[in-house]
Formats: sequence, structure tokens, C-alpha cells
Amino acid sequence: MKLITHNMLTSKCLKGVMTGYPLAINATDVKVKEVDFNPEFITRVIPKLDWEVLWVAANSIGHGEGLPKTLEPKFEEDEDLLKRVHKVLLEVEVEEGNLTCPESGRQFPISKGIPNMLLTEAEVQ
Amino acid sequence: MSKRPEHQAPPEVFYNEDEARKYTQNSRIMDIQAQMTERCLELLLLPEDTPCLLLDIGCGSGLSGAVLEESGHMWIGMDISPAMLDVAKERETEGDLVLSDMGEGVPFRAGCFDGAVSVSALQWLFNADKKSHNPVKRLHQFFSTLYACLSRSARAVFQFYPENESQMDLVTSQAMKAGFYGGVVVDFPNSAKAKKFFLVLMTGGSAPLPQALGTEETDNSLQVKYAKREATRNIRGKPVKNTRAWIMEKKERRRKQGKDTKPDTKYTGRKRSGRF
Ligand SMILES: C[S@@+](CC[C@H](N)C(=O)[O-])C[C@H]1O[C@@H](n2cnc3c(N)ncnc32)[C@H](O)[C@@H]1O
Repeated sequence: MKLITHNMLTSKCLKGVMTGYPLAINATDVKVKEVDFNPEFITRVIPKLDWEVLWVAANSIGHGEGLPKTLEPKFEEDEDLLKRVHKVLLEVEVEEGNLTCPESGRQFPISKGIPNMLLTEAEVQ
Repeated sequence: MSKRPEHQAPPEVFYNEDEARKYTQNSRIMDIQAQMTERCLELLLLPEDTPCLLLDIGCGSGLSGAVLEESGHMWIGMDISPAMLDVAKERETEGDLVLSDMGEGVPFRAGCFDGAVSVSALQWLFNADKKSHNPVKRLHQFFSTLYACLSRSARAVFQFYPENESQMDLVTSQAMKAGFYGGVVVDFPNSAKAKKFFLVLMTGGSAPLPQALGTEETDNSLQVKYAKREATRNIRGKPVKNTRAWIMEKKERRRKQGKDTKPDTKYTGRKRSGRF
């Protein structure tokens, strides 16, 4: 699971859960895989991100280095920053671990890099 | 027994390890899925030359996602079959994967995707695979949560295999209830082989449905051929990955860069015959 996915993923499909965001990450295995840098994509996606959630998530898995806690207004001119965001969003991957719903405490396992968001019959809305 | 996979077993059972591998190695399937994904992308009407974040619903082993990557987009895929997702991982897709059942809802926060595509997956929702499954309810849950996670004026395009008129009505009416505008575009309606159904859903107000392919009075078989030839180049005029045209262009680039490159022969870009 890449952190871009984590930034978008919720547990709101659980019955009784309102927003289910952000999911807490508990990672036991994290990898970094190289991905081509596309500054245009990163510039476009940054406004869609919940920056604080990204910052917390990156730090919680030991990859927060160099990521500012708040975003400067002219971020698109800072290529160095765009590269760091690229790495954190697309190259860092949680291979094993789990995600925890902030409202219900329900845990979703991450195995072989894929979060399992399947619900039980009783959990479906 | 019916030939339709969705009549045989639930998707996570039907797409087991064996089927996932067979599916992804079949060059005919690969070509068809790629062509239909290209058409979905065309119908999505994304801003030109802009890398977008897309959702691939029922992404499977990443055949559809590969086309999204080729067109410069980043994608997140959801699928109910762990075996299909495992194959996608093996193939090192650029997209990211989530194991999830679309009938339980789309688990993403509001407004995050620039568009959604789904290739050959939606028809699975017409089935009740468990006692607790109610297709109407599952369609409703799916469309309403999908609507929420799309950005303003984004579209969702589904290539799917409806069994009959009433399934098309059901799927369209559930999508409209969730707030979408749109309907079903039928390409090549007069050709048994080339006929394809695309559910085109729009979020930002009503707009006319796109024109279907192959509906003119003119000779239909010609239209099909034309569409096929077109499919070796994608919407931005770049050749589709792994086609002969794509390989030739890549080799030309390498030659220009002074890199060691094999000469072109009649075998360049041809499929290998499977067995060694
Ligand atoms: C024919 S495959 C298409 C895969 C991919 N889109 C492609 O073009 O190759 C259909 C996929 O839909 C998935 N699927 C079926 N029902 C689903 C559901 N309820 N939720 C998520 N995925 C589902 C299946 O697991 C399978 O991978």
C-alpha cells in the first residue's frame, strides 16, 4: 500500500462509522520501490491530499524525513519538495501490517502490500 | 450450464489462482481488455495531456490498469479476488491495489478521484452470491459511495456485459438515484461480435451522451475494422505498448541515442507461439 492510497482510504463503509478517516497505520514491513518522477502529477495531486494525514502517516512508518509539517503556498516551484512528496506518496510501500479504523477500532490487515478492506456480513451497511 | 462466469461461482471463487493466471496470459483477452479500456478512457473525457488519479473498479490482474499507465495516469484499483490482485502485484503494475467488494461500497474519501473506469466487472453485481446479498441494495451502496469519491465534473465509465434490457434499466436507474447523469452507449450495435456496452456516468450536470461507434447506416464491418486499426494507437497518438508500432518507435529512439539495437525483422513485435 502506497501512502497516496492511505491518504484516500477510509473505513466509512463499515456500518455505524461516519468518516472512518484517517486510518492509523501499523507497519511491520516497509519497502521503497523506484517510480518515475512526474512533477506535473505530484503538483496536481497535492491539493487533493490531506497534508497533515500524509505527514503523520509518513512519520509513523519512518519516512517523514524532509517532509515539512505544513505546506508553503508556492510548493509547485520547489522541485526538491515535489521529489520528496513523490517518494513518500508513490515509492514508499507498506508491505505488511494493519490499518485501524479511528471510530470503531476495527483492524484491516495489509498483506503482500494489499490492504484487505472486505467486511463481514454484519459490518455491511 | 451458462457460459457466463458470473453464473458459475462468486467472483472471488471463480477467479482463483488458476483462472487468474490463465486470464492474464491469454493474448486474445489481453488485447480485448486493452481495447475496451482505451474506449473507456476516451469516454471519460479527461483534460488533455494531464496526468490524473483514476479509480479502476474490478481491476483484476491489472490489464485495464496497464492502459491507464500507458496514457500517463496514476490509478488505484479495487478487486474482490485476492488471486487476481496477486497476479497484478507480480506483474509490477504501477497502480496501487486494495482488496474490496464494490457491493459493500467504495472505501475512499470525498472528491479524491478525477475519474473511474471499470472493465468487464459490473455484471457481477447483478448476482446474489450470498444469502445476505440483495443486488439492488448492493448497486445502490456502490453507486452512492462512488459518486461521493469522484471530484466535481468527473465521470465514471463501465464496460460491462448486461444479460438483458432489465439489467440495463436497473443499473441505470440505480446510478441516477445516486445522483449521476448519463446512460448506456452501445458501440457497434449491429455486430454480434463487436457490440459493446458502456455505462457512461457524469457528475457535473446533464450533458449529451457521447456518440456510439459503428451506428451509422454505412457498412458496419468497415467500421469495426477501422476501430481495430485505430486501437494500435492510443488517444494521444502514441502507439499502444508492446504493439509492433510501439516497439519500432522504441528501437528508433534507442538507435538515435546510439544504443545497441537489434535490427528490425518481420518477427519484430510478433507474438511468440506459446510453447518452447
Ligand atoms: C473479467 S475481470 C476484468 C479485470 C480487469 N478490469 C481487466 O480488464 O482485465 C473481472 C474482475 O471483476 C472482479 N469483481 C467481480 N465482482 C467484484 C466485486 N463485487 N467487487 C470488486 N471486484 C469484483 C473480479 O474479481 C475480476 O477480477
